[in-house]
Amino acid sequence: MAPEKIVLRFGAEKADKPVIYHLAKDYDLIINIVKASINPHKEGTMVLELTGERYAEGIAYLREQGISVHPLTTEVVRNEEKCTHCGACTVHCPTKALFIDRSSMEVRFNEDECVLCLMCVKICPVKAMEVKV
Amino acid sequence: MGVERTYQDINARIKAGKAVVLTAEEVIEKVREKGVTQAAREVDVVTTGTFGAMCSSGVFLNFGHTKPRMRMSKVWLNEVPAYAGIAAVDAFLGATELPEGDPKNNNYPGEFRYGGGHVIEDLVAGRDVRLRAVSYGTDCYPRKSLDTLINLDSINEATLFNPRNCYQNYNCAVNAGDRTVHTYLGTLRPHLGNAHYSTSGQLSPLLKDPHFRTIGIGTRIFLGGGIGYVAWNGTQHFPGFIRDKNKEVLCGTGGTLSVVGDLKQMSSHWLVGASIRGYGASLTVGLGLPIPILDEEVLEYAAKTDEELYAPVVDYGIAYPEGNPEDIAYVSYAQLKKGEITVMGKSVPTAPVSSYPRAREIAGILKTWIQKGEFLLGEPSQLLPGPGAGLAGKALKIRDK
Repeated sequence: MAPEKIVLRFGAEKADKPVIYHLAKDYDLIINIVKASINPHKEGTMVLELTGERYAEGIAYLREQGISVHPLTTEVVRNEEKCTHCGACTVHCPTKALFIDRSSMEVRFNEDECVLCLMCVKICPVKAMEVKV
Repeated sequence: MGVERTYQDINARIKAGKAVVLTAEEVIEKVREKGVTQAAREVDVVTTGTFGAMCSSGVFLNFGHTKPRMRMSKVWLNEVPAYAGIAAVDAFLGATELPEGDPKNNNYPGEFRYGGGHVIEDLVAGRDVRLRAVSYGTDCYPRKSLDTLINLDSINEATLFNPRNCYQNYNCAVNAGDRTVHTYLGTLRPHLGNAHYSTSGQLSPLLKDPHFRTIGIGTRIFLGGGIGYVAWNGTQHFPGFIRDKNKEVLCGTGGTLSVVGDLKQMSSHWLVGASIRGYGASLTVGLGLPIPILDEEVLEYAAKTDEELYAPVVDYGIAYPEGNPEDIAYVSYAQLKKGEITVMGKSVPTAPVSSYPRAREIAGILKTWIQKGEFLLGEPSQLLPGPGAGLAGKALKIRDK
């Protein structure tokens, strides 16, 4: 059985719940945490690979906990034509995938570090950060 | 006695292809290397630039007349209302105007995906824009409604007229409250979670001439990729200085420009519609000013560095919206550009909301124009009021008689 890739997004108040433990113990799922960005004061994001018979039940459990679950079929890309290198996104990126090169003051995007939290998509004033399905 | 130059001297050198032009970054190196006196002998012009959201922007449009004629008393462009309470087929479209059906902040924080600034970007990019108009009908202007497409080529005039642009200095915004706020300076996390600032520091036009010795009505500028002019002082032009605890002057603040230019010359690379989450729509404007080095003093200010220019830190969580902002601290643009400042003992990550790389590009383009002889300096008919004029803002009192 191939693992299912999913993205979890949860609010600051959900960050302390041991959901991964419950997925493994109660639903007998094999979990591989691909990426995670969790901070008790901010929205959290996690990219998981899940394998197991009770996958659907596990997902239902996550949703009951108020966690949004999306399939990992999306990626965030930067539209180089549109980006003006203002820098407004950089301080909101939880993993510093978006950062400023201090010598040129240009904004760089390291896609490998992106956890698909989509903060930059909401913040960018010129809509240069795009969701690609 | 140091060097002195007139506008005529400088323009003669520009025409002869001999003018020495440096950007506001390059001149810093020059002064470090040679000192102010020698650098002032060598340098004729210093170019500056800024590229940020400037809400007080808009465009006067003249659509041309239909057959039969129409006065157009109400006008919409891509469903964004424009002000038509002027002569027939003239209208003014403001950058922050929103389509009538926009959800605004009803679904907080609003997205403000499209507004006046975006219409201006569409126009300048040459894209078709839907023009809808209604009128009450007169004997001379009988038509009562209109629904058509226009673009920049099809209309008579499109004059960018921005009543308040190019703020000399701007607050560095933080949030001392306990909930996230969405401001015109961006999204600010609570408990001093982040700090946003919005000038290009050592490249910023008005920070480099704090006494307004060279800027006035008729100053020729880079505006939106074309050539524009300073039309007047901007609204809320209250030039002054920020001072440290010991009352020592740190740098200029409070000046603004009103600028004008032909939209048909401009480019959508330098006029970009902006959607500021939870706040509204705006227009990102590219603007650059040449500073003629009339004497040593002008150069001394034009060569100020990020280490010598400061922004006031202001709380946008509680104090600013209440109308009681006070400067929590002053931080240099050098500190801000490093990505971290200390506010009330806490280390706070910073981010700019105006583009330094684009500001640098503007200063470079203006330099090239002048070097090629394509751009002569405009001598102001009248200088703008400087800090000596003592201009200060009036509060609006609420009263019923």
